[in-house]
Amino acid sequence: MPEELYDIETTIPSNPIEEFLRMDRMPHIWCPGCGIGTTVNCFVRALQTSGLDLDKVAVVSGIGCTGRVAGYMNLDSFHTTHGRAIPFATGLKLANPELKVVVYSGDGDLTAIGGNHFIHAARRNMDLTVILINNMIYGMTGGQAAPTTPVGATASTTPHGNFEETFNLPFLAESCGAVYVARWTAHHVRHLTKSIKEALAKKGFSFVEILAPCPTLYSRRNKLGDGLDQMEFYRDNSEIKNGADTKTVTLDFQGKITVGKFVDKERPTYIEAMNQHYQKKYGERYVPSDEMRKHFHA
Amino acid sequence: MAQVAEQTKKAKGSVVIAAERCKGCGFCVEFCPPEVLELSTEYNSKGYHTPVLAKRDLCTGCDICGMVCPDFAIYGYIIKKKTKEA
Amino acid sequence: MHADPIGVLTGAHFIDGDHACSEGAIAAGCRFVAGYPITPSTEVVERIAERFPFVGGVFIQMEDEIASSIAIQGAVWGGKKAMTVTSGPGFSLMMEHIGLAAMTETPCVFVDVQRAGPSTGLPTMPAQGDMMQARWGSHGDYQIIAIVPNSPQECFDLTIHAFNLSERYRVPVMMMMDECVGHMIERVVIPSADKIEVHNRKVYDGPKESYRAFETGRDLVPSMVKAGDGYRIHVTGLTHDEKGYPDMSVSAQGKLVQRLMDKIRIHTDDIVMYKEEDVEGADVVVVSFGITSRTAIPAIEQAKAKGLKVGHLRLVVVWPFPEKRIRELAGKVKSIVVPELNMGQIVYEVERCAAGKCNVVSVPHAGGTVHQPKDIFAAIEKSLRGT
Repeated sequence: MPEELYDIETTIPSNPIEEFLRMDRMPHIWCPGCGIGTTVNCFVRALQTSGLDLDKVAVVSGIGCTGRVAGYMNLDSFHTTHGRAIPFATGLKLANPELKVVVYSGDGDLTAIGGNHFIHAARRNMDLTVILINNMIYGMTGGQAAPTTPVGATASTTPHGNFEETFNLPFLAESCGAVYVARWTAHHVRHLTKSIKEALAKKGFSFVEILAPCPTLYSRRNKLGDGLDQMEFYRDNSEIKNGADTKTVTLDFQGKITVGKFVDKERPTYIEAMNQHYQKKYGERYVPSDEMRKHFHA
Repeated sequence: MAQVAEQTKKAKGSVVIAAERCKGCGFCVEFCPPEVLELSTEYNSKGYHTPVLAKRDLCTGCDICGMVCPDFAIYGYIIKKKTKEA
Repeated sequence: MHADPIGVLTGAHFIDGDHACSEGAIAAGCRFVAGYPITPSTEVVERIAERFPFVGGVFIQMEDEIASSIAIQGAVWGGKKAMTVTSGPGFSLMMEHIGLAAMTETPCVFVDVQRAGPSTGLPTMPAQGDMMQARWGSHGDYQIIAIVPNSPQECFDLTIHAFNLSERYRVPVMMMMDECVGHMIERVVIPSADKIEVHNRKVYDGPKESYRAFETGRDLVPSMVKAGDGYRIHVTGLTHDEKGYPDMSVSAQGKLVQRLMDKIRIHTDDIVMYKEEDVEGADVVVVSFGITSRTAIPAIEQAKAKGLKVGHLRLVVVWPFPEKRIRELAGKVKSIVVPELNMGQIVYEVERCAAGKCNVVSVPHAGGTVHQPKDIFAAIEKSLRGT
């Protein structure tokens, strides 16, 4: 045995993220080079240092590649219908405000079919952490255009090139009243982890958009290489501008990517507003649910 | 089965690679700050080239590879050193 | 167990069916309602909005029916009893989530105060045109229970029953009211809380490692937990195994769908509910439900006055359909007359079960108002011709 190995601690620590995942369901279904797993890694690391009681964290997903995240998390997890993770999460949170409810879903799910629910939950400042993985495409169903597919990009339903203007998601979230709005890419693992941690700790509608590669469909159809090429593109073309005006952060096809924490403000959450309102109006006559009462006197 | 990279006295850290879970995307190799990983010429049973710790002395155990891996197939750790009794 | 007294407005009231339904829900222990306004159901949620802050409930008017129909399911997994309320157009929007509730075995109540359709139809006028939709509206194979009250008193009593059935069998239950029953004002007696039976879902409280969220015993109903109890459950609308994990195999599909169907089928005898009058020895039986059962009464009396032997079978639970009883009756009577405020829906079930053993006559109506008793009477007479 070489002498240099004598002094080493030989116990290898097991991967600390494994207890957060349903390892009995690995390997997952995501493609080689897909960025969703990377974002899950960051989410887990954010949970690790969040101080949250994991029994009280619930993940709600919709349908799509990102929608599968719920199934891999070793937490109370709900794989609901397409676009409707946010209203399900709303009901879950209102039934038990003690729960930390995280919505983890894709760009098409949350802003196309789910768009109405997205804007109303932000308006209400529902206490949800919304993690949106933006791969600019509908991956699971074979690469159709999403409201985030950039102008000029090719998708299976825009085979001649997309000419529809896209959503600027941070602007949308801010204009609807979200109290925390950030965008990162799957490349920015450290920033992303910190941002998710902040979003988890923040009361109210906290929104984190994460750009991630879809090598099999978006990148391939648009001749952008593979997942690694897209990650390198993120690295080379992202500009961190914390506090940037969200009106200016639109994403063009293979254009500059503005990342950062754009909005971090305070306003009463739906639950706070509801309880304050009834308390003020009815005093002792107001009977909050046991869970609401616990939540306010915790 | 995880491959445990050989540790060295000089290295600050090392990695554990769950090669069977790896899909050969290359993120870890590309984004490793000290550039100590390489894609192996070997394949796993699914036909992917998995990473190996090529420059084991230089691994810092920063776990950027672990954070960036989409398949939970690699993680880095800092080696706890104990001094040899004189 | 008995109702929580905090929600029970014991006493005699003079209220409409919609309001009686709200009181029934509160008495049943419902403490989460998500809804969207739609005539003629809106009064249900309006009363809930008024009452909930004083009984520990949470009401939220969601942005649409689709959001309402799934918000209630989130609340159920958060530990509450939950209900949503709508009419035809909203019922159509809720179909996907009725399927989700059936697939994930989420107990919840959907109230449909039916109005004339199709489409926007006659918003302020009654019909019973959603009866088949209640059973078959969502895609795929699944079971639901549908209950039809015929008075404000029944709106109170049967809403409690709807919650109890939903909790017992972990199935979505449809309360199929109609604009007439919903907006008529009658005496509603609410008993004291200790006289109201309330049933809660079977809860698992054993060791976490051995919990299988969708494993069942002979009754085919799995025990439930809620988010936050530490069981780390996974609930999905995908075909799943006993752990709740997605299982994309033909065998898992066969197993799961069969159990979801059997879960109601094997308990059909306990679930079916109908009220009979003078059916023994009758030549004609009028099979009716909801408001139509009340307009049938003068028709039946007129027929009896003419010497006809007419019985009345009023369906209270329409789904699961009382196949056994209809089959039995068809062998004993000359004809069955089915008046409904639609162009013929439940009559098909009656025909199917009668299997040609007797005449089956539909008394359809496009909706907008109730039947004229004379039309039901004419059908009773006609049904005996050629028998």
